[in-house]
Amino acid sequence: MDDGSPVAPDRPALVGRNAVDRLYRAALTGLALSLPLLLVALLAELVASAWPAITRFGVRFLWTSVWDPVAGVFGAAPMIFGTLASSLLALLFAVPLALGVAIYLTEFSPKWLRQPVAFLVELLAAIPSVVYGLWGIFVLIPFLRGYVVPPLRGVLGWTPFLQGVFYGNSLLAGGVILAIMIVPYIAAVSREVLLAVPSSQREAALGMGATRWEAVWTAVVPYGRAGLIGAVILGLGRALGETMAVTMLIGNRHDIGLSVLQPAYTMAAAVANEFSEATTNLYLSALFEVGLILFVVTVVVNALARLMIWRVARGTAVGSRAL
Amino acid sequence: MTTLVGVLSFVAVLALAVILGYLVVKGASSLDWNFFVKNPVPAGQAGGGVANAIVGTVIIVGVAALIGLPIGIGTGLYLAEYGSGRFGWIVRFVADVLNGTPSIVVGIFAWTWLVRPMGHFSALAGSVALAVLMVPMIARTTEEMVRLVPHSLREAALALGYPRWRTSLRIVARTALAGILTSCLVGIARIAGETAPLLFTALGNLNFSSSILQPMQTLSLQVFTYGTGPFDEWHRLAWAAALVLMGLVLLLSLTARWALRSRHGAAR
Repeated sequence: MDDGSPVAPDRPALVGRNAVDRLYRAALTGLALSLPLLLVALLAELVASAWPAITRFGVRFLWTSVWDPVAGVFGAAPMIFGTLASSLLALLFAVPLALGVAIYLTEFSPKWLRQPVAFLVELLAAIPSVVYGLWGIFVLIPFLRGYVVPPLRGVLGWTPFLQGVFYGNSLLAGGVILAIMIVPYIAAVSREVLLAVPSSQREAALGMGATRWEAVWTAVVPYGRAGLIGAVILGLGRALGETMAVTMLIGNRHDIGLSVLQPAYTMAAAVANEFSEATTNLYLSALFEVGLILFVVTVVVNALARLMIWRVARGTAVGSRAL
Repeated sequence: MTTLVGVLSFVAVLALAVILGYLVVKGASSLDWNFFVKNPVPAGQAGGGVANAIVGTVIIVGVAALIGLPIGIGTGLYLAEYGSGRFGWIVRFVADVLNGTPSIVVGIFAWTWLVRPMGHFSALAGSVALAVLMVPMIARTTEEMVRLVPHSLREAALALGYPRWRTSLRIVARTALAGILTSCLVGIARIAGETAPLLFTALGNLNFSSSILQPMQTLSLQVFTYGTGPFDEWHRLAWAAALVLMGLVLLLSLTARWALRSRHGAAR
């Protein structure tokens, strides 16, 4: 399958014919084979270990919310809900911010500012998850409690999303920290996508009399739409699987509620918290099933994102500019 | 609207400044000699350090690099040299998909493969988990770097009668060496801060341990345990450990950037 990559064409004259060449190629192929094998092994291992729970609970596992290790009854609905809710909340904050950064850096910023700002934003991606978690506990939560939640309640306190007492560890705190964490990913990929838009697009719009902003909004962004959506989906993939920071901030309560001020739980956090203390085989198996669901969801989300990004910026390692 | 996107960029940079600022303000005051050379003291007592976690981080990340780098670089070379066919497309796609796999899932994978058969937690299992996270990342960035080597260079070597494998190793890989090194450093920087895959593989250890078959502490695990614990003394040490961890990661990232810059000029 051609992906437009500028790889050496297999012209007969250039193809090695000696034994060491074949050996070299075989060795590299063997190493490359490790990745698909790894994917298959991961999936097989998760399915095998989750099998007792799968056969015991069936699809009910997905929408029942009882999680009782003592009675041996498990349902993952609260975690699935919490994972989706915290990720969507994160996208809500992160997407405008990240797209703004990408558009500013590719289209408007002075040239001397581009490199430093891009570098600083990408440094956000280098901060370890657990450091975000620590910062969230001691800085973000007090900040939310003191300056964000009271005014927010004053304006929107009547909606079901802001009910209950705010103790700190909550869906809101988890969503905000996730947003900060995925901004650099979405921004870096969006920037690559926007850079891949041919300048003739821009010039044509400007030639028609569009302002610079109109050129961006009517010619550049629509051209890269698939790639930009891909970038957002990629960010979603990151948010879904993010573990440490969320575990430290979301409150870890098996509960489904509309209020973002209440604690919730995510699939990754449940595995992180409960895996080493799972006492029965069924309990362990249920956690494996949670891991399996998480894995399958992120694989699908990532595959989708890559395919969309490849349509615009072909074949490049996404985020490699984050080097 | 132009102003708006400018402000948004400013906000993103501000977030970084605030996080790093807090790390330095809260962590720097606890950094002293004892912090680096002493092991943790029992909960509630003052003093102590994280020498065990620093050594553990170096060992676990080092072993992970030993396992992960050869596989990752080899796969990257394959993709750049032979990856134009269907199999290359599959490997590239799988690498990108694995790159987005939650690290906690890789952690339970390493648990089933190493911890369960061995019957106890071990640093080795943690290293394997980190290596698994590392391979797809290194493969893709290595590929990119090797791709930057001009095709004419390869053709010139082949025209002189070099076999393909020598061309690949002596000419292509060597030309891209700075780039490959960069991708290795970035890969190491990314895994050095990982916590989730170590939770039930390396587990953590409050005592000093240098045996890779036994549980071992890392800086990231230390930050998690101390940060979520109930004691003020622990919180103080957690900030300091986070600062050291962040410094380590930043150092690796900046070195990587510098290596690339000095080689390719202002290529990026």
